[in-house]
Amino acid sequence: MSNNKPNPDKPRLNIPWLLKMAWRDTRRSRGRLLLFLSSIVLGIAALVAINSFRDSLQLAIDEKARSLIGADLVMGMNKEPDSLSLAIIDSVSTLGERSDENRMMSMVYFVKSNDTRLVQVRALEGGFPYFGAIETNPVEASLSFREGKRALVDYNLMLQYEAQIGDSIRVGAVTFAIEGALHRIPGQTAMTAAVAPVVYIPRQYLPETGLIQRGSRVSFYYYYDLNESVQPDTLANKLDPRFEEYGMFYDTVETRKASMGRSYDELARFLALVGFVALLLGCVGVASAVHVYMRDKLATIGILRCLGMSGKQAFLVYLFQVMGMGLIGGIAGAALGSVVQLILPELFKTFLPVSVDAYFSVTAATQGVLLGVIVSVLFALLPLLSIRQVSPLITLRATVEHLTNQKDPLRWAVYGLLLGFIVVFSRWQLGTWWQALYFTGGVIAAFLVLALLAKGLSWTVKRFFPAHWGYVWRQGLANLYRPNNQTLLLMVSIGLGTALIGTLFMVQRTLLSEVSLSGTENQPNLVLFDIQNSQREQVADLTKAEGLPILYFDPIVTVRLEQINNLTLADVRKDTTLEIRPRNFTREYRVTYRDHLSDSEKTEAGEWSEGQYKGADRVPVSLEEGYAERIKVKVGDSLVYNVQGATIPARVAHLRRVDWNRVQTNFQVLFPEGVLEEAPQFHVLMTRSDNEQQAAQFQRRMVETFPNVSAIGLDLILRTLEEVVSQISFVIQFMALFSIFTGLLVLVGSVNVSKFQRVQESVLLRTLGSNKKQILGITLMEYLMLGILAAAVGCVIAFGAAWALAVFSFEMEFVPVLWPLLIIFVLVTLLTVVVGLLNSRGVLNRPPLEVLRREA
Amino acid sequence: MSTILEINNLKKTYNSGDRHLTVLEGINFTLQAGDTCSIVGPSGSGKTTLLGLCAGLDRASSGSVILNGVRLDNLSEDARAQVRNQYVGFIFQNFQLIPTLTALENVMVPLELRGERNVQREAMDLLARVGLAERHDHYPTQLSGGEQQRVSLARAFSNRPTILFADEPTGNLDEETGEKVEKLLFDLNREAGTTLVLVTHDLELAEKTQRIIRIKGGHVVSDTGAPERVQQPEGSNF
Ligand SMILES: Nc1ncnc2c1ncn2[C@@H]1O[C@H](COP(=O)(O)OP(=O)(O)OP(=O)(O)O)[C@@H](O)[C@H]1O
Ligand SMILES: [Mg+2]
Repeated sequence: MSNNKPNPDKPRLNIPWLLKMAWRDTRRSRGRLLLFLSSIVLGIAALVAINSFRDSLQLAIDEKARSLIGADLVMGMNKEPDSLSLAIIDSVSTLGERSDENRMMSMVYFVKSNDTRLVQVRALEGGFPYFGAIETNPVEASLSFREGKRALVDYNLMLQYEAQIGDSIRVGAVTFAIEGALHRIPGQTAMTAAVAPVVYIPRQYLPETGLIQRGSRVSFYYYYDLNESVQPDTLANKLDPRFEEYGMFYDTVETRKASMGRSYDELARFLALVGFVALLLGCVGVASAVHVYMRDKLATIGILRCLGMSGKQAFLVYLFQVMGMGLIGGIAGAALGSVVQLILPELFKTFLPVSVDAYFSVTAATQGVLLGVIVSVLFALLPLLSIRQVSPLITLRATVEHLTNQKDPLRWAVYGLLLGFIVVFSRWQLGTWWQALYFTGGVIAAFLVLALLAKGLSWTVKRFFPAHWGYVWRQGLANLYRPNNQTLLLMVSIGLGTALIGTLFMVQRTLLSEVSLSGTENQPNLVLFDIQNSQREQVADLTKAEGLPILYFDPIVTVRLEQINNLTLADVRKDTTLEIRPRNFTREYRVTYRDHLSDSEKTEAGEWSEGQYKGADRVPVSLEEGYAERIKVKVGDSLVYNVQGATIPARVAHLRRVDWNRVQTNFQVLFPEGVLEEAPQFHVLMTRSDNEQQAAQFQRRMVETFPNVSAIGLDLILRTLEEVVSQISFVIQFMALFSIFTGLLVLVGSVNVSKFQRVQESVLLRTLGSNKKQILGITLMEYLMLGILAAAVGCVIAFGAAWALAVFSFEMEFVPVLWPLLIIFVLVTLLTVVVGLLNSRGVLNRPPLEVLRREA
Repeated sequence: MSTILEINNLKKTYNSGDRHLTVLEGINFTLQAGDTCSIVGPSGSGKTTLLGLCAGLDRASSGSVILNGVRLDNLSEDARAQVRNQYVGFIFQNFQLIPTLTALENVMVPLELRGERNVQREAMDLLARVGLAERHDHYPTQLSGGEQQRVSLARAFSNRPTILFADEPTGNLDEETGEKVEKLLFDLNREAGTTLVLVTHDLELAEKTQRIIRIKGGHVVSDTGAPERVQQPEGSNF
């Protein structure tokens, strides 16, 4: 008799056979496994689609980079160049060819249709663009318009005002013939074209138009086609300090590429995050499904253990299954994502400066497949770990609880891994560790809230069980806490899904409501700006003559900030711990001066009684409180402003709260009277017309009399904005769809999974003589309770998340729109109940015995 | 003759909260190679518990189980699994076939677990021996209880165990089928010369083994048919 002792140190793993076992073992549950994995497919698809699109976009930007700015180097400034800046501008001209352009917002007048419209006028001289083309119809118009009093007009404007080629358009005092329709300008997106439609005129007629006045906001652009020997970036870097000093900005192909890449990256990142949330939701589904699946596999594992399989081997068999599942899910997700990305360029069309050809991104697809394997394994690890502890004893005695060994130290390692994965992955998608931590924290908080609630619910029902209630009610309620209940899993997955979808809807509503609080009664709906000092009185008279009220009439002066309590731009750049963004120094502020507060302003600190500057040493200014917070000043602190060359030392005398939601001119900085009166400035007038005809007639009169004064109706602004927001929200909704469908799949999955538990009991009840109605009632009770609770908590979380996003991320007033939440609440609850009932239908309609045999 | 199973002063207690339930106490017996033995007793007397301990499926509270010279209570769960794979065969009241595997594959598992290859022939032979060669690619759900138990017999013998444990092998079968399975069990056992431990309610079945151990309330109340070597076995000396 062989008495060789087994060698516990060297257990043979026999991987090939384990793989075979893993495959064989899926035989009777492939359908179910497919359902499990489907919940990760959509999340992966979303991520793969966004990441492939990102790659395609980057490729397109790289390929077409030069045509994005149409020149080797662009320099520009927002004021008329002085002799110093002119010296630079001219010296660079010696290195190649130059083309000049002026840009300003101005009214144009469509002669035939007798309409006026605010546009961006670009007065162009020279050979721009040197790369790419201004796309026009007819094609040659982009060149030929430079030869006479001819203009290129934005294609959509032409449609809107029914203008034909050859029609007349008046810009300022000059009438131009429309030479062609403008389709695309290098580097411009359809979105910017919609916000500020462009009219090109030859620059030689600009003075004649009379648009340039003192204080007019005109930008000056210089495009260079540099000689081969000149490296644009080297040149720009060399000139950089001087550019900054003179208030000039510049762009090269490389800087444009970088900034463009950055901004689209941010968009893609945000969308990828939405996809990631969908994936996480799917992962919850996978985790819960695997948990239940493992419970079903206990018997098999017990037998295998009994026959001599080691814990590690058993663990591997199911690990392989999960890996295979993740692999298939990853491949399916990558395939779906690669298909979805084909339609993304169409979806993003209005945001893109270049046409993008979607191509299959191997990197993104590979990442998707890997992600599928990684997330399935990670999220299945907890239930998988417990396999190692399954006792072979269950072959003899099926009653012992075998799957709950909470003491396994490896469980903590898995929790750590999960956490690490979410942080690292969101870091990868979001770009900063802080954001990643916030995101992870939010997700975990939501998890904990839901899990605690589920526990609390079970406990409460058990503790305060309504023993005198009817049979059906009692049975339904008892299902919430009895062994093998699904309360926790369903609460977490349904609740999280609801929270996610709710948040998306709420945020979108908030964004949109920001736009639509427009044109309410007695609010201004027509704005005139660029009014010169000398025109002030006459414009006011004309307005009154047209029977329109003057609601607001403010002077506007452009200033820059030079110092905050002796700190300069250089200081805040050097010391980031100051937490003052350099942008506060580099940007321009449009400020006004008056001796009183408007009715949308409220004093928060200090006084604004002085109003009139009497020549004390520092000028008292009033700041909007949010702005004061951003530049870290309080009442009494000192600031130095630069008003077009002249420095003005100021002192924070007053903090205001401004109601930004009012349609009127609001300002971050308010000066007293007696300081800025002589500075270059223009005035803004706000009025209200009662109907469109009146508004149109008023605008025509204004353009006729004061060609340099611009007018814009708020309805136009609002319409444009609404268009923009709806474009954005469409894209977000599209991404949210992935989450919604994932949520649905998880819901179907988890309810379906709990069916395997419920079916046995229901059949037993039925065998014991319960009738159809009672069993239906019990099931209804259980899912109704779960649905209501999970959906309600999900909605509360959504509300909190939307609030936090609105306040902290978008920095805007939170608008608590409740109806989307209500709809989501009702829908989720209904869906839970319906899916639950549909699943138990099988029990009701078949004879008990058949079901018992099937499910055994 | 060599000692296959040696049970010394075995005790099993279940603790739930602060209640201690002693299910087995002071159990001693020894089985030699080729012995057949049944354990009988009223329901709840601890038969299944004892079987589980003997087969190394569970750990005793005190005392020792020495199977084929290997002291089980010192081994880890995985090491005991390997012992089971090498020396032990099982038959259960409710068959315990793996539902996702065909009859043939079920029989192959213990061999494959050992890392053996080309075990299909051997498994087919065993299936033929229990009269189910035709049904080799059927799944357990497609087989009747009796047929399932016959597959389970084939599986139990497939790894050529030195000892076979059976917990109420006919408990779930009607009389006629039960008898057929019994006959097969004893025939196979005789052919392979395996030591057999049988737990049963069925006294008629118990009579067919050489030795009958009766337990009641966790104690051995009688041990009949045991050869006169009911002394302190040599295994206790190491
Ligand atoms: N995990 C456990 N925890 C507590 N008590 C247990 C546990 N497992 C078994 N018991 C108890 O141990 C005693 C013996 O059980 P065992 O299953 O061994 O009896 P049995 O003789 O096989 O009975 P039957 O003939 O009904 O199968 C019973 O009283 C049972 O309640
Ligand atoms: Mg028993």
